[in-house]
Amino acid sequence: MMNANQIYETSQMLASENLDIRTITMGISLLDCIDSDSDRACQKIYDKITTKARNLVKVGQEIEAEYGIKIANKRVTVTPIALIAAASHDHDYVKYAQTLDRAARTLGIDFIGGFSALVQKGYQEGDRVLIDSIPEALAETDYVCSSVNVGSSKSGINMDAVAQLGRVVVDGAKRDVMTNAKLVVFCNAVQDNPFMAGGFHGVSEPDTVINAGVSGPGVVKAALEKVKDQPMDVVAETIKKTAFKVTRMGQLVGSIAADKLGVPFGIVDLSLAPTATPGDSVAEVLEEIGVGQVGGHGTTAALAMLNDAVKKGGIMACSHVGGLSGAFIPVSEDAGMIKAVESGTLNIAKLEAMTAVCSVGLDMIAIPGDTPAETISAMIADEAAIGMINNKTTAVRVIPVPGKQVGDTVEFGGLLGHAPIMAVNPAPADRLIHRGGLIPAPIHSFKN
Amino acid sequence: MNAILTVIGKDQVGIIAQVSQVLAKHQVNILDVSQTLMKDNFVMMMLVAIPTGADFTTISSALTQLGDRLQLEINLRNAKLYDAMHTI
Repeated sequence: MMNANQIYETSQMLASENLDIRTITMGISLLDCIDSDSDRACQKIYDKITTKARNLVKVGQEIEAEYGIKIANKRVTVTPIALIAAASHDHDYVKYAQTLDRAARTLGIDFIGGFSALVQKGYQEGDRVLIDSIPEALAETDYVCSSVNVGSSKSGINMDAVAQLGRVVVDGAKRDVMTNAKLVVFCNAVQDNPFMAGGFHGVSEPDTVINAGVSGPGVVKAALEKVKDQPMDVVAETIKKTAFKVTRMGQLVGSIAADKLGVPFGIVDLSLAPTATPGDSVAEVLEEIGVGQVGGHGTTAALAMLNDAVKKGGIMACSHVGGLSGAFIPVSEDAGMIKAVESGTLNIAKLEAMTAVCSVGLDMIAIPGDTPAETISAMIADEAAIGMINNKTTAVRVIPVPGKQVGDTVEFGGLLGHAPIMAVNPAPADRLIHRGGLIPAPIHSFKN
Repeated sequence: MNAILTVIGKDQVGIIAQVSQVLAKHQVNILDVSQTLMKDNFVMMMLVAIPTGADFTTISSALTQLGDRLQLEINLRNAKLYDAMHTI
């Protein structure tokens, strides 16, 4: 009736290898809250979120107690606010962000995502207003996360939005260094992402849905320690099996949460998401695979294999896979990445190469406070191009830190960790970015 | 509901007796027991039936407190967790 080895393995994953459910995220559509009067719209938004998600935290805690598995975050995502607020003709949308913040505070959740705009092919009326509102909205709130999709494989890259977001990042940094930790600029953003800061609830999603995000770099590292010096196919197989087990936890917890909350279960995002806690690092997994230190030659190959094996292992473990699904490489949230930057092994150029084969992009990277807006825009454009051409999601979350230069360190605190300031290529990008316009969709987008 | 109780730590006299006492106090029936040594750890596992209507958290906290006292890691988890991870 009981298999002692299996029970022991699961117990060890939970107790010593930092296996947790990173998040259960409730997606809530706000399309029925649109109103030409923004005060009325905000009231409807507050009421809907606090009604639909009123039991989210409680249910999360119940599952934690009964199943003995930590659910690190309980979150909410909403329909991109640019779509909801456009009807109001307001000149800024800070009020909407404050409404989301108030709802999050009432619910006791960790984050609320969806102060977002989708502008990959152009702006609708609310998009430009929302993007201009981002610095103030994020500086004035605690829980709100923002994202903007500037490109896609189907429609190309909106270079006007890329230019605008460089200015937004610089403006945000001047107000509060943490604003940019809550802003992600995407290419090929997904509509069911339970992770932050890039999560929002897509317009084609059900009215309300539960998505789960699982983590577990520590579990993968522990499994790989048992196959030292074995060929790469054994490593890939081991990662697949481990990813399967980790994802099963996400499927179980997500479906129980959905059931208890009376809403449909959406997807499991089977991403290896590190934290700054020792033993919970993607960099350490890459080093266990055999890379001397993350950032060294061979890192991209090891990461490509890891990302692919995680997807393959996870895909059969749950009914619907979604979100980003793969390996995350946020610098400040990963003890191994921080160490590699500090020792000079890892730089932005190598990170950019790594983003071509993993599930996200340049993530949680602290850069000098005097980095020009055009240079930040150009970093966004490069990442968007990688995503557009490779049919994958890419993203940029860089954090200019005023008054800091390469060699300095910035403390973010909590899950966000600390980050050494990384060098940015000094060659100017002004002429490229000032052109604006649209980079046309790539040839392989025409599949009809 | 069936749950799996795991006890991991240093072997000592009376572990099963004391765990069983807590379980009996809460009307929890033991369905299966196994104990072994794994990587120098004493590992005991029990499949138990939690009576309908019982407060899972109360039983779980009582066992955690016992674990703290005996310097053992004692966990009680819904058996579905283990099934989900290891059974297709």
